[in-house]
Amino acid sequence: MTDVIDIQDTYAESFARLSARRGRSGPAWVQALREAGLEHFRRVGFPTLRDEDWRFTNVKPIAQTPFVLPEPPAGKLGADALQPLLIAGLQPAARLVFVDGCYSTELSDTSALPVGVSVQSVAQALDADPATIQSHMGLAAEAESDPFIALNAAFLEDGAFVRFADNTTLKRPIVLLSVATRRAQAAMTHPRNLIVVGRSCEATVIEHYASAGGEVYLTNAVTELVVGDNSTVHHYVLELESEQAFNLQTLKIRQGRDTTVNSHTALLGGAIVRNNVHPIMDGENGHCLLNGLYVPRGRQHMDSFMFVEHARPHCDSRQFYKGILADRAGAVFSGRIKVHPGAQKTDAKQTNQNLLLSGEATVDTKPQLEIYADDVKCTHGATVGELDEQAMYYLQARGISADAARAMLTYAFAAESLERMNVPAIGELVGRELLSRLPRGRLLAHLLESV
Amino acid sequence: MGDTKELETARTLEAIASEKYKYGFVTDIEAESVPPGLSEDVIRLISAKKGEPDWLLEWRLKAYRHWLTMTEPTWAFIHYPPIDYQQIVYYSAPKKKGDGPKSLEEVDPQLLETYAKLGIPLNEQKALAGVAVDAVFDSVSVATTFRETLAKEGIVFCSFSEAVKTHPELVRKYLGSVVPYSDNYFATLNSAVFSDGSFCYIPKGIRCPMELSTYFRINAAQTGQFERTLIVADEGATVSYLEGCTAPMRDENQLHAAVVELVAMDNATIKYSTIQNWYPGDEEGKGGIYNFVTKRGKCAGHHSHISWTQVETGSAITWKYPSCILLGDHSVGEFYSVAMVNHFQQADTGTKMIHIGKDTSSTIVSKGISAGRGQNSYRGQVKILPGADHARNFTQCDSLLIGDKCGAHTFPYIEVKNPTAHMEHEATTSKVGEDQLFYLNQRGIDDENALSMIVNGFCKQVFRELPMEFAVEATKLLSISLEGSVG
Amino acid sequence: MSLIEIKNLHVNIEGKQILKGLNLAINPGEVHSIMGPNGSGKSTLAQVIAGNTAFEVTEGDVLLEGESLLGLSADERAVKGVFMAFQYPVEIPGVSNMIFLKAAVNAVRAARGLEELDAMDFLALVKQKITLVEMDEGLLKRSVNEGFSGGEKKRNEVFQLALLEPRFAVLDETDSGLDIDALRIVAAGVNAMRAKDRGFLVITHYQRLLNYIVPDFVHVLVDGRIVESGDKSLALHLEDKGYADWLQTEPQPASAR
Repeated sequence: MTDVIDIQDTYAESFARLSARRGRSGPAWVQALREAGLEHFRRVGFPTLRDEDWRFTNVKPIAQTPFVLPEPPAGKLGADALQPLLIAGLQPAARLVFVDGCYSTELSDTSALPVGVSVQSVAQALDADPATIQSHMGLAAEAESDPFIALNAAFLEDGAFVRFADNTTLKRPIVLLSVATRRAQAAMTHPRNLIVVGRSCEATVIEHYASAGGEVYLTNAVTELVVGDNSTVHHYVLELESEQAFNLQTLKIRQGRDTTVNSHTALLGGAIVRNNVHPIMDGENGHCLLNGLYVPRGRQHMDSFMFVEHARPHCDSRQFYKGILADRAGAVFSGRIKVHPGAQKTDAKQTNQNLLLSGEATVDTKPQLEIYADDVKCTHGATVGELDEQAMYYLQARGISADAARAMLTYAFAAESLERMNVPAIGELVGRELLSRLPRGRLLAHLLESV
Repeated sequence: MGDTKELETARTLEAIASEKYKYGFVTDIEAESVPPGLSEDVIRLISAKKGEPDWLLEWRLKAYRHWLTMTEPTWAFIHYPPIDYQQIVYYSAPKKKGDGPKSLEEVDPQLLETYAKLGIPLNEQKALAGVAVDAVFDSVSVATTFRETLAKEGIVFCSFSEAVKTHPELVRKYLGSVVPYSDNYFATLNSAVFSDGSFCYIPKGIRCPMELSTYFRINAAQTGQFERTLIVADEGATVSYLEGCTAPMRDENQLHAAVVELVAMDNATIKYSTIQNWYPGDEEGKGGIYNFVTKRGKCAGHHSHISWTQVETGSAITWKYPSCILLGDHSVGEFYSVAMVNHFQQADTGTKMIHIGKDTSSTIVSKGISAGRGQNSYRGQVKILPGADHARNFTQCDSLLIGDKCGAHTFPYIEVKNPTAHMEHEATTSKVGEDQLFYLNQRGIDDENALSMIVNGFCKQVFRELPMEFAVEATKLLSISLEGSVG
Repeated sequence: MSLIEIKNLHVNIEGKQILKGLNLAINPGEVHSIMGPNGSGKSTLAQVIAGNTAFEVTEGDVLLEGESLLGLSADERAVKGVFMAFQYPVEIPGVSNMIFLKAAVNAVRAARGLEELDAMDFLALVKQKITLVEMDEGLLKRSVNEGFSGGEKKRNEVFQLALLEPRFAVLDETDSGLDIDALRIVAAGVNAMRAKDRGFLVITHYQRLLNYIVPDFVHVLVDGRIVESGDKSLALHLEDKGYADWLQTEPQPASAR
């Protein structure tokens, strides 16, 4: 494993270079967070298959690639190159664009935000509103809980900071777009986002990861979402990285009382993808929905790691994750539910359904219940299966070709996940992406548009 | 419509809420018993009394010798003082005049009266229409009703002892074919000493025109009951079978170790329902039946279907796991259970679903109700073997706790050796009642109506699997068992 | 005579005193709102009015039209016209919403000397009232509250309020956790039920609700007593300033109106 140690040295070097470049600017607590992150990562290194939480995902290809931090002014992207990356039919209230991890003032637009909502880069906010950031950042996402979170903390530099004042309702979404460009050396970025929502608010935030020519690179994002009492938040992760890239993202959610959080995830790109969602329901009457769809093909590997903590009574959580796997793709679903002592009347439900389009695709699905209360309702279910032969036969008997029938049934399998997404433009985009991967999918796409 | 029925049921519950275990009486009838204790001689004596062929005696002895090498299992979540197997009477039968009854007219009127008192009239004119009954009293079958009606269809429904004489080829072919004599401690004991039980054979393509039923009654003191039931549904046959059980109130514990074997051939369906109401012991936990039962069905043919439904309200200890071996392709196994414990009762019950054939599916719905100091465990195994492509299982286990001195435990074992399996598992544990009762009260519904609504609602999925005539019976039983647990 | 009168109410739960001499009178046609910090006793008050026996009344009285409710069980109070919309509506698996509603409606009708509704009339009544809360009729066929979303449960509570037409209704945090659209629907349902002979006590944690259900009076409940009463502007003050004014100083008992 000497190669890995060498690689660790390159992370240390990158860290040193970054520190030197930054000089003494920035608050001391941020520097302390970075140092603690690096220290933890140095101690534990990359996870291996022996780690229970990483049993089915081998990150060796990540550990063995020497990634470099893009130096500013990193990543140039013209407005015309941005255009194809925008989500059709979506009218965001604000958009922040990060190119190779660096905030782009020119491409971002926050001019139409209503009173009560602020959206800016973390770097800007550290100057403008350091107190709010300090009081939340690093609390939900502890470096000790995951080596990649530690790595993210070590390279904490920029990201998005979204803040909703009490009693603010904004129906239009806020888009956080991260774009990777073509670079000479494999780049790594460690976006760190913080979303703080006050009391009695409604907010929608979309994290969108895309590539504009980037091939092999690492995105290691951490988002902390703090939801105030009586608020509703819709959060989306739309992962459309290059299929050679590595994408790891963590969403840590802290929910107050009377809150609703709907987390939607669509995983489409990336060679190795790890999607961590970790809500902590820390007030009574919290509701949490984790809705996910992963669609790996080729040799893509996608790992969804859910950890739902019920810390207070009268909360409910719903995990609905679906996978569609083609070729030799692999997928992992772990759904851990922890019901803390005293969290009575917990109602937790989890289902993971997988559709294998090929005999060589593999899925590992692992439910896990830890219950320390005695008045609870917990449900889990997992299915792995192929397309229903009888349905295929029925459609073919009506003159529909095998490919078209397959596309239809595959789309039908995903439809439930897409319909749950309350921003229709996202469901439609994911649906189009899905169909573009299926033989005869275009025909079906055309049919769907015409009805 | 079903809703109105539900309300009706709720009203009848009100009326019977004050009843106690009403089957606790003793019939004073002269009995012929063997002395307590177990030995090869006792087994030879039982076999001789029944006039059995040699092969059956040999089978019993083989089982007995094997039993001597076994130890009592301890894995179940139940606690009881050691059973002294030498203190048990292994055979007891009401004294017969002559050669045993050939027709209902010849049955001892005292026995007829006993069954009438239990709500099971054996007189065909008074009997429940559409239900044929085999009445087993201690170690022997005393009467079987509607035999002629059934015989017209070629259906064999008689006591096990009789079947050994009249259909030896069928008995020999299927006895031990699902539960081998060496299966487990209690089944092996049963194989050695089994006294009587029911035998049923439904020929090819016949849909049994009436419910078949066996009513088991333990009467004599110190006696164990070791019945053996065998049901075979040949290709395309369908049968629904129900067993009921009661026993007198006695201070000592009595052992009941039964074996039930079901065999379903191609396209055959067997629906087996149990309403188990053995004496549960008193409020201090004194007395009651130890109920150690092995029930297993083999879906031998393709598209065969075996469904177990049980309502377990009685017995001091219940240890039973009605199971299905899903051998035939497209075969279906089901297990629906309501197990209720109150006072000091203990139940460790559940099922095993062994998927061997392709496209096999199984459903498990277990509802445990614990009250008083009762302990209720669900223990279930779902096994998908490598050849069982596209096997499906749905498991739901719900526990209802009434009061805070009882316990509910769940032990699911899932073993999947084929990646195309669909598995779903649901589990709930809820502490009742107080908040549900208050919610219903707040809408103007009084305590008794509220309680029966809650309990009925909880058990609905299982009750609707019972034959119509018995669903109401089951509801009544449950409310009697629950008496004094709320309020 | 007041519709409901609460006099010097002292309440314990598991030996701990929660309400410490609460006074409140509500006249027919009035809507009163109670706000207060966590643990001040808001939900306890609702439960005691409805007759939850887990709470022990050690002193004082609750009167409905001059008649004490304290000796009555929860179902006896309900049929006299006391309704509570639960903060956490209870799930009752296997009991269909329809049968539950029918049992409740008929229990209340019987107490009012009315005959039971037949199936057709009951269905007509249900269809009429359900539109009030824009609730999906499919929910009627499901088990009581089972698998309902948070918003659906709260709507179901208001739907029952409309069906049972009580004299007096307590809404215990019926708005908590609702998004703005659901909040509007629930509030509209309640407003439609306001009548000159009916009284409401609206318990809430969030001032926002009172923009939609405008109360005649607002009371502040702190540490088991009502410490201030006023009109709806008091709620705005609370939203801005919180309860600090009352928490720092020793609260003085104040009687409402």
